[in-house]
Amino acid sequence: MSDLTKLTLVESVKYIKEKKCSATELVNAYVKRIEKSDKLNCFNTKDLENAVNKAKKIDTNKKLDKTLVGAPIAVKDLFCTKGVKTTASSKILSNFTPTYESTVTEKLWNEDAILIGKLNSDEFAMGSSNETSSFGNVLNPYRLNNENLVPGGSSGGCASAVAADLTSATVGTDTGGSIRQPAAFTGIVGLKPTYGRCSRWGIVAFASSLDQAGPMTKDVKDAALILDVISGYDEKDSTSANKPKSSFLNSIKNNVKGLKVGVPKEYRVDDMPKEVDDLWQEGIKILKDNGAIIKDISLPHTKYALPAYYIIAPAEASSNLARYDGVRYGFRAEGKDLTEMYENTRSKGFGAEVKKRIMIGTYVLSSGYYDAYYLKAQKVRNLIKMDFDNAYKDVDVILTPTTPTAAFRFGEKTDDPIAMYLNDIFTVTANLAGLPAISLPIRCNKDGLPLALQLIGKSFDEQTLLNTAYSIEQQVNFKSQVKDWWM
Amino acid sequence: MSINKDTIKKISKLARITVTNDETDRLEKDLNSILKFVEQLKELNTDNVEPISSVSDQDLTMNKDEVKKINAKDDILKNAPEKNSNYYVVPKVIE
Repeated sequence: MSDLTKLTLVESVKYIKEKKCSATELVNAYVKRIEKSDKLNCFNTKDLENAVNKAKKIDTNKKLDKTLVGAPIAVKDLFCTKGVKTTASSKILSNFTPTYESTVTEKLWNEDAILIGKLNSDEFAMGSSNETSSFGNVLNPYRLNNENLVPGGSSGGCASAVAADLTSATVGTDTGGSIRQPAAFTGIVGLKPTYGRCSRWGIVAFASSLDQAGPMTKDVKDAALILDVISGYDEKDSTSANKPKSSFLNSIKNNVKGLKVGVPKEYRVDDMPKEVDDLWQEGIKILKDNGAIIKDISLPHTKYALPAYYIIAPAEASSNLARYDGVRYGFRAEGKDLTEMYENTRSKGFGAEVKKRIMIGTYVLSSGYYDAYYLKAQKVRNLIKMDFDNAYKDVDVILTPTTPTAAFRFGEKTDDPIAMYLNDIFTVTANLAGLPAISLPIRCNKDGLPLALQLIGKSFDEQTLLNTAYSIEQQVNFKSQVKDWWM
Repeated sequence: MSINKDTIKKISKLARITVTNDETDRLEKDLNSILKFVEQLKELNTDNVEPISSVSDQDLTMNKDEVKKINAKDDILKNAPEKNSNYYVVPKVIE
């Protein structure tokens, strides 16, 4: 293999274990590429020197028996990493160095994966285009007639880094679509696990009842491997689930015979581009041809998911982000008294989108409006969950498009908040209902931009999700069309 | 319901975020467009629906009541914007 960065994660680990290359050689290959890829702005922090040293240590001292041995992995800058700056892509945390490690990332390093950096995202994971980051836009490695496109968001740095071969795989977070939408825009695989499958401990909180960490990878097997490592009960997160699990990777099989696949009519939205509808039909046909049983289903409250989300998520965010007050960590702006110090710190430390969401959240939780907005949204959330409960009496998995369009240009949706929020129209339901969902690249459109389908599974049934995605992947055989134009 | 400039002032006080006049104009426009969007929920009758705050069916578990030394004071204080010996320093609270 001439270019080690083209390997999948599974292949990379196999290479190291079989001594086809050393960990140092693998890490150096990534370092070389990362150093030539600043234009994409994927990284908030690079940790290349430490990465090389760790690789050397693995080559000299270690048994090569761990699950992720030698794999260079950059993670979203929302995971606290001990001794390595963690900013949530916000000015308010721009000088914060955690004294502890998030559970999810600790599990990666325990398997001898190597941290190579922290990846850019929307500020506090609030955005669908990576345009709200305090540290600048991330560019999508895919372009439209030489024009730059957004990588999606909020895990935009993660998505571009995987698509551009700057990390062997990564871990992002998904509150309303933040793993799946950028995965779709960049032609990679993105999996949001069931709520509770992975510990949230040590992840900068956005909306705690919706946030979930998950893999963003080059293919489905890589996603299964990462999920094997990062999932599991953690006593530090009381919402993490104590469920028995076997290896998702070892159990993966290419067989959808008899699988009941639901196609929800409510996801056929007005103005859906023909290419997206065609893609959906293509997915249905592939599954049918391979022996799956396709069923038309109804999720009647789908239309209300996004409005409910834009009450619940800001409400939780306004409460979670109250901690940024300039006292114990992070950025502080001076003020003549304590209140003014708080106000100046938060006004100067947060960006426009974050402030907007804190304001919405504060409003819907404020006295006189709580019942009309927040309580109402919690009830609608239950209706959405019940829609899925009913649907899963008849089907095993649900197939939809991931996003209503392919990647778009910078500034195209920044003037209208609703236009931006509509990006998450197909993804947000899985967060509200706590269900696992995966985005899978299918093919590129006539402009050469990736299009993706989403599978939504039953609670804690990531295996069916992975199996179905794997079967489709084997049929469509999606190949990256990324040309290294930025190098 | 719609949000006017006075409401924005009130919310910004509650959220401890001061907003400039320019920001107020933009916020008034954006917040009203978001509110109009979320008010679609009013179309639904939810009289007999239970509100849910989480989808987790997990019972809260009790951890063992034992002392664990996790973080050292010095390390934690390294992140403080201003400190004095073992204390965080803030602007004067009482005159």
